[in-house]
Amino acid sequence: MSILVFAEHDNKSLKADTLKTVAAAQAIDGDIHILVAGSNCADVATEAAKVNGVSKVLVADNAAYEHQLAENISLLVTELAADYDYILATALTTGKNFMPRVAALLDVAQISDIIAVESADTFVRPIYAGNAIATVQSLDSKKVITVRSTGFDPVATDGNAEVVTIDSVQDAGISSHVSDEISKSERPDLGAANIVISGGRGMQNGENFALLEGIADKLGAAIGASRAAVDAGFVPNDMQVGQTGKIVAPNLYIAVGISGAIQHLAGMKDSKVIVAINKDPEAPIFQVADYGLVADLFDALPELESKL
Amino acid sequence: MKILVPIKRVIDYNVKVRVKADHSDVDLANVKMSLNPFCEIAVEEAVRLKEAGTATEIVVVSIGNKSCQEQLRTALALGADRAIQIDTEEKLESINVAKLLQKVVEEEQPQLIILGKQSIDSDNNQTGQMLAALTGMPQGTFASNVAVEGDKVNVTREVDSGLQTVALNLPAIVTTDLRLNEPRYAKLPDIMKAKRKPLDVKPAADFGINLAPRSNVIKVTPPAERQAGIVVSSIDELVEKLKNEAKVIS
Ligand SMILES: Cc1cc2nc3c(=O)[nH]c(=O)nc-3n(C[C@H](O)[C@H](O)[C@H](O)COP(=O)(O)OP(=O)(O)OC[C@H]3O[C@@H](n4cnc5c(N)ncnc54)[C@H](O)[C@@H]3O)c2cc1C
Ligand SMILES: Cc1cc2nc3c(=O)[nH]c(=O)nc-3n(C[C@H](O)[C@H](O)[C@H](O)COP(=O)(O)OP(=O)(O)OC[C@H]3O[C@@H](n4cnc5c(N)ncnc54)[C@H](O)[C@@H]3O)c2cc1C
Repeated sequence: MSILVFAEHDNKSLKADTLKTVAAAQAIDGDIHILVAGSNCADVATEAAKVNGVSKVLVADNAAYEHQLAENISLLVTELAADYDYILATALTTGKNFMPRVAALLDVAQISDIIAVESADTFVRPIYAGNAIATVQSLDSKKVITVRSTGFDPVATDGNAEVVTIDSVQDAGISSHVSDEISKSERPDLGAANIVISGGRGMQNGENFALLEGIADKLGAAIGASRAAVDAGFVPNDMQVGQTGKIVAPNLYIAVGISGAIQHLAGMKDSKVIVAINKDPEAPIFQVADYGLVADLFDALPELESKL
Repeated sequence: MKILVPIKRVIDYNVKVRVKADHSDVDLANVKMSLNPFCEIAVEEAVRLKEAGTATEIVVVSIGNKSCQEQLRTALALGADRAIQIDTEEKLESINVAKLLQKVVEEEQPQLIILGKQSIDSDNNQTGQMLAALTGMPQGTFASNVAVEGDKVNVTREVDSGLQTVALNLPAIVTTDLRLNEPRYAKLPDIMKAKRKPLDVKPAADFGINLAPRSNVIKVTPPAERQAGIVVSSIDELVEKLKNEAKVIS
């Protein structure tokens, strides 16, 4: 069996989540290749060649792939798919964007967001905001799958795969990139952090997120937020944790001023240890918390920072 | 221009589903059903484009059994002009939903198609992208802003690293994210008016598409329960537990 794993990257470095998608590929068992599609992305290819369990890295380096436009990437992946039984991508924005296009062009279904591999054709995925877990058997001959990173442990990076250049340039010519507004942060990536501290509507405004920053600095944590905090404009959209935001499962998740709606829980309830700080003892977040502290966050946060 | 908005009837977002005892599926008997929140945002965006004079007609379509007419009427009350129900008792997979929608697109020739980015039941996040591939259209997924300019539409997308803006040739597909707009509530007179707006019913079988399932659901189980936690009485106790019991900080 042959498996193509699509690499998530920013043309400079490989996203660590790709290592988890390769772990999913290993669970399926087969000859694993990685595709690096981008522009001036040679460094990413070098990194990808070190990923364990991978025999070949395909590099499609062309301006048409610079911004990962779904229209172009999907044509490239569909062309390459002729040689593979499985196409895997991480369920992050790039993969979520182009993979269903690939599935439709191949006339197969997509299995979204798998968290486990049961067998070569059977996969496990959460549905209904994680309140049910479905085991689904694919009947398609080619399988198009997106992988939820929190379900798999990353593979090591001491491999040595062959790097092959792909000359095919697929430019659909129907879309173009205009601009990016990238949120800059010195902190670890939400998806990759060992510790995440998130603020909700209880934070009252964006300035008060500084109370979380001091703690995040001490713990080397990433900062997240509830939808309510993003909708209110306290913090940018890329900080939203939840069913329809980012899914995280760090060793420690600290929820501050977050009530614990189903949609928020869907994005963090697989964290190893959950701490909730909330002034309302009835808040549903306490039902999933390992350690709950009923307190006013404006008292609790400065004290917590001072005691770490 | 004409806008097509495919909408889905789903479990209400406030309801926490339960898995059936025989693990065959989730139990949807007597559960409150609503318009998928992302579809509500899609309808609202279309209505705003019409109010701004950019759009001339809004057609909503839903694939499902007779009960999804309720959500089509909701969309009509919010400002859509006409509705189509594609009648089927099957729970179709996204690829088959997209194939049926492709036929509707061929017939209606909309310039813009707005879908939800995901439905909150199956969380597939596929249908819009699949429809784009089948119709050869460009796509602006996870949209937080949509601006039609001449024969192009600029879509600002919520991506993992922040925001990305792309320019798409029309006709194009947009899928909505949470921050695109805040949907209005339907007013009573509009709900009454919606009852008289046209709603066509077409059997799915008439479209001549093979809708055979591509997967089997083996089982549906409840997620692992978390162990009940404890309430700590002070920050000191919290820090002590995190260090010595949970061992997640040093
Ligand atoms: C389609 C859809 C998708 C959604 N997707 C997501 C998602 O991905 N992620 C997400 O988070 N939500 C999502 N939501 C929204 C979700 O339903 C909730 O509305 C949201 O999570 C609430 O955010 P919150 O807990 O910050 O706010 P609230 O529910 O308002 O809770 C605020 C909490 O702060 C506490 N508090 C207030 N002041 C203080 C204080 N001084 N000290 C201590 N505690 C205090 C209060 O007791 C309260 O519990 C979605 C909703 C829909 C409909
Ligand atoms: C336990 C279980 C597991 C499943 N696993 C899978 C799986 O792995 N892969 C798979 O393909 N299917 C799976 N299905 C089937 C799944 O329920 C359907 O695929 C799903 O109902 C259709 O796609 P969606 O709503 O998730 O699409 P999404 O892509 O999440 O929906 C996005 C948008 O598409 C539009 N849309 C979707 N459905 C309709 C409709 N009926 N009418 C009009 N517009 C619509 C709406 O605008 C919606 O906002 C599973 C079903 C069950 C019960």
